[in-house]
Amino acid sequence: MADIVLDKVSKRFPDGTTAVRGVDLEIADGEFVILVGPSGCGKSTTLNMIAGLEDISSGELRIAGQRVNDKAPRDRDIAMVFQSYALYPNMTVRENMAFPLRLAKLDKESIHQKVEEAAKVLELTPLLDRKPANLSGGQRQRVAMGRAIVRQPKAFLMDEPLSNLDAKLRVQMRTVVSRLQKQLGTTTVYVTHDQTEAMTLGDRVVIMRGGAVQQVGPPQELYDHPRNLFVAGFIGSPSMNFLHAAVEDGHLRTALGDVPIGDRVRRQLDGADAPRELILGIRPEHFEDAALIDDETRRRGLEFDAPVDIVESMGSDKYVYFTVEGERASAAELEELAADAGAADFTGTGSSLVTRLSAESPVREGESRRVWFNLEKIHLFDPSTGRNLTLHEGRASGALAD
Amino acid sequence: MAVETTTRAKVRWGLLDVIVVVFALVPVLWIASLSFKTPATLTDGKFWPREWTLDNYRTIFDTDQFVRALVNSIGIALIATLIAVVLGAMAAYAISRLDFPGKKLLVGVSLLIAMFPQVSLVSPLFEIERQLGLFDTWPGLILPYITFALPLAIYTLSAFFKQIPWDLEKAAKMDGATQGQAFRRVIAPLAAPGLFTTAILVFIFCWNDFLFAITLTSTERARTVPVALSFFTGESQFEDPTGAICAAAVVITIPIILFVLFFQRRIVSGLTSGAVKG
Ligand SMILES: Nc1ncnc2c1ncn2[C@@H]1O[C@H](COP(=O)(O)OP(=O)(O)OP(=O)(O)O)[C@@H](O)[C@H]1O
Ligand SMILES: [Mg+2]
Repeated sequence: MADIVLDKVSKRFPDGTTAVRGVDLEIADGEFVILVGPSGCGKSTTLNMIAGLEDISSGELRIAGQRVNDKAPRDRDIAMVFQSYALYPNMTVRENMAFPLRLAKLDKESIHQKVEEAAKVLELTPLLDRKPANLSGGQRQRVAMGRAIVRQPKAFLMDEPLSNLDAKLRVQMRTVVSRLQKQLGTTTVYVTHDQTEAMTLGDRVVIMRGGAVQQVGPPQELYDHPRNLFVAGFIGSPSMNFLHAAVEDGHLRTALGDVPIGDRVRRQLDGADAPRELILGIRPEHFEDAALIDDETRRRGLEFDAPVDIVESMGSDKYVYFTVEGERASAAELEELAADAGAADFTGTGSSLVTRLSAESPVREGESRRVWFNLEKIHLFDPSTGRNLTLHEGRASGALAD
Repeated sequence: MAVETTTRAKVRWGLLDVIVVVFALVPVLWIASLSFKTPATLTDGKFWPREWTLDNYRTIFDTDQFVRALVNSIGIALIATLIAVVLGAMAAYAISRLDFPGKKLLVGVSLLIAMFPQVSLVSPLFEIERQLGLFDTWPGLILPYITFALPLAIYTLSAFFKQIPWDLEKAAKMDGATQGQAFRRVIAPLAAPGLFTTAILVFIFCWNDFLFAITLTSTERARTVPVALSFFTGESQFEDPTGAICAAAVVITIPIILFVLFFQRRIVSGLTSGAVKG
């Protein structure tokens, strides 16, 4: 068990692609860290550099305080679980799991014992003498995990280990991974691009974009206090709503009406080179049916009327989709996020707004509805840099803060 | 209707197969038949021997000539095959897995060797080997065989290596294997069908070679069977050696058939299934 430190680690491939640029990351002993980001952002490359499967172009990697840049994978004492499982097809499950131990030259007795133990933890005991070809996807996945844990390595690296499983099995395996990591207390770096895995599994989440780290923090912190537009849009499902906001003396003109701004945001908009246009971000759950809120709450927000497109009743609450007129928010980050999601759900002229309202709301499709939203939960972003202007000392404080 | 066409197609294909097989096998069977005939009936033109005899076989095994040649052939072909497959496997692995300077050149040069007409090399080789003292020795044949078998080995093997998932080797390295261990314990077992296929092809090439064997040997020390056959004469100058030659031809086909049968059982497809995904 050990801590892992990445000190300005970069990776340039021979063809000139810079896949990872200047990543600084300190992973504490026993911590479970998730690397997440859109496809091609350098997650696997980062993981492979920690593993020793890719050379580090510049920067330093330390495991347990020791510089390991030039060490071969076998000298780093790290286990890895691959997306493809990478089981040795010519060996039985038992031989697969014993392979790292045999290479470590353990005696037969303790190999047998360790394999049996790991098989019990992962419920693989009845399958020990089968070949990988005769296993289901989930069983293969468990064998891959088993091969990683038998050796009690300093750290686990996992590259999208669950992405080849069907949805139900993935949920099941997620808890297995989580329980196993807690039980063993082994430092773990886990790559995924699944929202739920990122939010539920890790102690901390690292969001990457274009080879650079965007923000590192506990999942809730990333959700509540995104440092920039990219993080805000990436975390959360359904994702944050983004609207165009024009700065006009003392307030913001948006499709939801004029939004007042507090001193703190105003100060940032005073400078000569300050942006004249912003992007307003607000999460679906910060809307509410205006008929359902008390006056105390009402004062903290604004109300607007909009036609209802679609109502999806989830039982506990309702997802309601509105169309609002006005200019669409545009920024490089938003386009990238839309491309990664594979969906351009922006059709028509106006912007689409996703809200999560109480289940009691009698909202119906086709009607026009009055909706309230919380000003304290609004984020304002500079479209050119993506920076969150409402963030103060790492905390988002809404549009009104003084 | 559909069934009818498939049966018709089956019959058609079956007939075609039979024609091809008969076409290929008749000469072989003819030789086998000749080898069992007595000298008197040798030229009777009958496919089925009227008088069966094993004399021809006795003759060839009585002469030291043939037995020596058989030993030479087996030894030389096996050693050349082993070395060519091992070297070829290492080269093919490097070509399919590594990006190193001069990779294209290596592939190009090995292709060049394969294309080079062997006849034009025979006289220079003869001179070189005489100078080096390799003439009429086992290494004197093994070396050129390896040279000409290697391109073939490299090509077949790199095709096999390319099919093996890269992740398996990475996994082996993460499990604590050195590059060599990863190759020996994970990659090579999976490439086994390729190794055996290549071994068969190389063995047949070495076994059947006549050109090098006739020019680079002069005595029984290294003479291989195809050459020994051409030197066959009867007991006396006036005796017809045809029967003996046929018997020898049948005998030397047997090791190849055994070799192929032995390795073919190992060429099971789908050896890598279950390695990746589900
Ligand atoms: N061997 C290579 N040579 C050149 N470029 C490469 C190489 N391997 C990866 N890249 C590039 O580096 C970038 C990062 O790749 P990486 O595999 O780390 O992405 P990722 O975040 O794991 O994506 P995914 O979610 O799709 O797995 C990509 O743009 C990719 O094209
Ligand atoms: Mg990846």
